[in-house]
Amino acid sequence: MAEPAKDRTKGGRTPSAGARQERRLGWLLCAPAVLVMTAVTAYPIGYAVYLSLQRYDLRFPDRAEFVGLGNYGSVLSSPFWWDAFWVTVFLTAVSVTIELVLGMGLALVMHRTLFSRGTVRTAVLIPYGIVTVVAAFSWQYAWTPELGYLAELLPSGDAPLTEQWPALWLIVLAEVWKTTPFMALLLLAGLALVPEETLKAAMVDGATSWQRFLRVMLPLMKPAILVALLFRTLDAFRIFDNIYVLTSGAHGTGSLSILGYDNLFTALNLGIGSAISVLIFLCVGIIAFTFVKLFGAAAPGAEVKR
Amino acid sequence: MERVVRRTRALVALTLLASALAACGGDGDTSRPTLNWYNFPDDSGALQKAADRCGKESGGRYRISYNKLPRAADGQRQQLVRRLAAEDDSLDILGLDVTWAAEFAEARWIREWTGGDKRRATEGTLRVPLRTATWKGKLYAVPYNTNVQLLWYRKDLVPHPPKTWAEMLDMSRALARQGKPHYAEIQGAQYEGLTVWFNSLLNSAGGTILNPSATAPSLGPPAVRAASIMRDLANSPAADPSLPNQMEDQNRLAMESGVAAFEINYPFVYPSMKANNPKLFKNFRWAPYPRVDAGRPAHPTIGGIDLAVSAYSRHPDLAFEAALCLRDRENQLTAALEGGLPPTLRALYDEPAFRKEYPFSQEVLSSLESAGVRPLTPAYQNVSIVVSHTLSPPSAIRPESAVRTIGDQIDQALRSEGVIP
Repeated sequence: MAEPAKDRTKGGRTPSAGARQERRLGWLLCAPAVLVMTAVTAYPIGYAVYLSLQRYDLRFPDRAEFVGLGNYGSVLSSPFWWDAFWVTVFLTAVSVTIELVLGMGLALVMHRTLFSRGTVRTAVLIPYGIVTVVAAFSWQYAWTPELGYLAELLPSGDAPLTEQWPALWLIVLAEVWKTTPFMALLLLAGLALVPEETLKAAMVDGATSWQRFLRVMLPLMKPAILVALLFRTLDAFRIFDNIYVLTSGAHGTGSLSILGYDNLFTALNLGIGSAISVLIFLCVGIIAFTFVKLFGAAAPGAEVKR
Repeated sequence: MERVVRRTRALVALTLLASALAACGGDGDTSRPTLNWYNFPDDSGALQKAADRCGKESGGRYRISYNKLPRAADGQRQQLVRRLAAEDDSLDILGLDVTWAAEFAEARWIREWTGGDKRRATEGTLRVPLRTATWKGKLYAVPYNTNVQLLWYRKDLVPHPPKTWAEMLDMSRALARQGKPHYAEIQGAQYEGLTVWFNSLLNSAGGTILNPSATAPSLGPPAVRAASIMRDLANSPAADPSLPNQMEDQNRLAMESGVAAFEINYPFVYPSMKANNPKLFKNFRWAPYPRVDAGRPAHPTIGGIDLAVSAYSRHPDLAFEAALCLRDRENQLTAALEGGLPPTLRALYDEPAFRKEYPFSQEVLSSLESAGVRPLTPAYQNVSIVVSHTLSPPSAIRPESAVRTIGDQIDQALRSEGVIP
């Protein structure tokens, strides 16, 4: 067995019996976790990729056959995929932007609060603690004419959830309401990275509070902001539950996840549905890659290179 | 300490003994098999009553447990499909919407009805509901109840009901000019109800969505005609402003609130009007579904539930027998009187109790006899989604291109290729 290069650099000695035993123990201790991870993530992903290469419709078991990339061709040439894609991009971009601004505001408030800090932080986190489906149902009722208190504020006969743009904005609202606290929490952790002395020094140099925020705090918080944006963008891109409850994807409000769900569970077309899921997986991968490689967001746990 | 140990030992021994006894009992006298019946949730109690009665009348050979499926049809189908795809053997009798039999049969999830069971299932059963349970010439379910839409109208506004869609629009325009209630309520939201409307119009115009062997779309000029009627209604004074959001229940509410002159809906609106608006109820009348051409009868689309036996059932013979019992004369009458569900046994339409409760029973019967069915194909879900998606909102329909789009997408769906919206 060839020795790993790492060991040779350390003076070229072969590792002692004890070190080897320790390494074996390390692998043994890791093994269960590796096996579980393989079972719960790698296997389903691999199976989805396998299914996406088949013509496989639960309703026509006799027609199953290998079609190569045919399903991907069908999906990518379908206007429904592109409609859903742009809806998803819109929802992701708009909701994450609003969340970033609001979340930053909330983080600053939580950071500076002098009294009952715990209560303020708890209160801010309540929307994030409520189960999304439950919250989505209350939004849905609130916007339903004759039932909801919010719909009553609109001119009578208005049913905002049945028209594309009003419905999309209401979905954004529900998303922002739910996940701004999460964003705020991540940013609050980033605020803790900003040393008090640096801010004081800037103040002594005559920087206004706006300048201190822009020139001192934001650059120092960059890693935290990028991680927060990465997490939220990945999450928002897979948006499902709010749309499912609010509109079920009707009236041009369906996201990619809704499209995948409909093709898998309503049409029972495992081939097409899996192709959609794999494509969503690729999109999410591209987003993560962009953030990590281009903007330099640090993976959680990794050290930030300055 | 010793006492505890001894007691534990005794307990373990007892448990083992009990389980051994239970295992010996099996399907014998002590524990008769329980047949699981999955059906739509019924609030009237008629379904539970039927399950209890059949269990009792089986002479101890089986009991039936009635399990309620979700309220919405999509949710019902998903629950059944998930369990069947996983080969769940705890399902025995399945309540299928009239559009699912072909799909479940093609997927080999339900058993074919043959021999004596088949004979008993078809005897005295209305012909059209039976068609919904048939796929590729074989019977896969037994019709439990059926349903069909009628034209409901207000006698104080319209002394003689319209016979055709064109006549109805004319009457509605005249009422609008006089400043009287003039809407014609119909299901215009983007969902299956819209597909049903299109299918009824298309059948009444002499066409169908699919060819007889369900291998390709047929559509053609009758489909263009049907789409034009939908567009014309949506752009006439007969259209309720919220037509593109309306389903059966909103139609009912609009009619009860007094803004409408006509309503195309299922008979459940009758007891509802009686309870909610007794004043209007006095003028509430029914007529056959409007025709497309004065000289050709209308073919409204039927709804309802068919009972099938799961392919994974451990007691298929008992399940067939129990399904037949659940839809026997007495249980169908109870379901009709208590749950308002029109029966599938022809003879019940002559039953005095039913005729009294259902003053429109003869109209329902004659509609049923000339009714149409939704396209019989395993890909019905795709067909329905394609149709409702393309024809929504009705006011923006461009008949010729819409029919072309529907044809192309159905073609793809039948080959399991297309993406559904």
